[in-house]
Amino acid sequence: MINYIWVFMIVSGIIAAILQGKIDLVTTAALTGAKDAVAVCIGLISILVFWLGMMKIAEDSGLLKKLTKVLRPVAKLLFPSVPENHPAMGYILSNMSANLFGLGNAATPMGIKAMEELQKLNPEPHKATPAMCTLLALNTSGLTLIPATMIGIRMKYDSANPTDIIGPTLLATIVATGGAVLLDRYYRNRHFRGINPYKK
Amino acid sequence: MYEIISAISNYMLPAMIVLIPLYALFRKVPVYESFVEGAKEGFPTAIQIIPHLVGMMFAVAVFRDTGALDFYLQALVPLANWLHIPPDILPIGILRPISGTGSLAFVESIFHTFGPDSFMGKLASTIQASTDTTLYVITVYFGAVGVKKSLYALKVGLLADLIGFIASLVICTIMFGGM
Repeated sequence: MINYIWVFMIVSGIIAAILQGKIDLVTTAALTGAKDAVAVCIGLISILVFWLGMMKIAEDSGLLKKLTKVLRPVAKLLFPSVPENHPAMGYILSNMSANLFGLGNAATPMGIKAMEELQKLNPEPHKATPAMCTLLALNTSGLTLIPATMIGIRMKYDSANPTDIIGPTLLATIVATGGAVLLDRYYRNRHFRGINPYKK
Repeated sequence: MYEIISAISNYMLPAMIVLIPLYALFRKVPVYESFVEGAKEGFPTAIQIIPHLVGMMFAVAVFRDTGALDFYLQALVPLANWLHIPPDILPIGILRPISGTGSLAFVESIFHTFGPDSFMGKLASTIQASTDTTLYVITVYFGAVGVKKSLYALKVGLLADLIGFIASLVICTIMFGGM
């Protein structure tokens, strides 16, 4: 699916540029996009280095294990394929809590670390596992208690009640996340019927 | 309620930065060594993401900057009318999963035209805030571990975005009334 979307975007861009007789738009856009992407990754370096360092301390001190113990019922329900005391669980739960409290730049490193731990359980490293897909489903639907960024933007535009949107946003994101979890479960069962993705 | 949660959010980061090392020190963990050990992984991980993100973001930029996106959005206006969705709202729903900054530009233009406290402004805010940029999250997370086959993850992410969009429409109409 990603292949089709990718080619679709590029081809329609080129056709649009040709129709307007401005083919150089394609080159400019491609290079701008590439430059922005590298800039985003460079920006990620400091965040990743800092939080992966912090989280290593949390792991070594047993703090992560404690968190896992407290939230075990939730984790087991969502990630039945991850062994109970696996470090991946600790990172998954830190990622979820960071998202919930709107700590965006801490959530990404924790999520990436969780992916790395899940990758250790993966017999086919180039292919996603069901647990990875569930983690992605939770992250793409963006479950958060307070939409702080949006409130900030509303304040910038002199909103009289910038926090008015908290209620509807929370409801909408709960619906979307619930939908994501159910869809993930549906596609997981369909995709992995009769096969064990953790065995070669 | 908002004050409580936002206070927790504000205090959580500093608290974590202080309490994690403090607790570890109490448990006799060589904290500084641990930190450096873990932090070492940050750089290669960030570098590993570059090819994935460049691949994705250049395609999005070509799609957006050449006017192809505008063309499709124009083509969708009749669909929006037929579904009784305000035509200014549809671009936000379509762009949100592909480009967070792209859809934000449409939200800001609605703030300009209708004001942030209008029905349109609140609806736009809700759609923008209730979900994350699916394409970016999938690229970064799978890119970081070198997974190329993402199976059904993208499908689930996009369908969930659609559910979120519809939910935002319904919820805002009920809470703030009228289109």
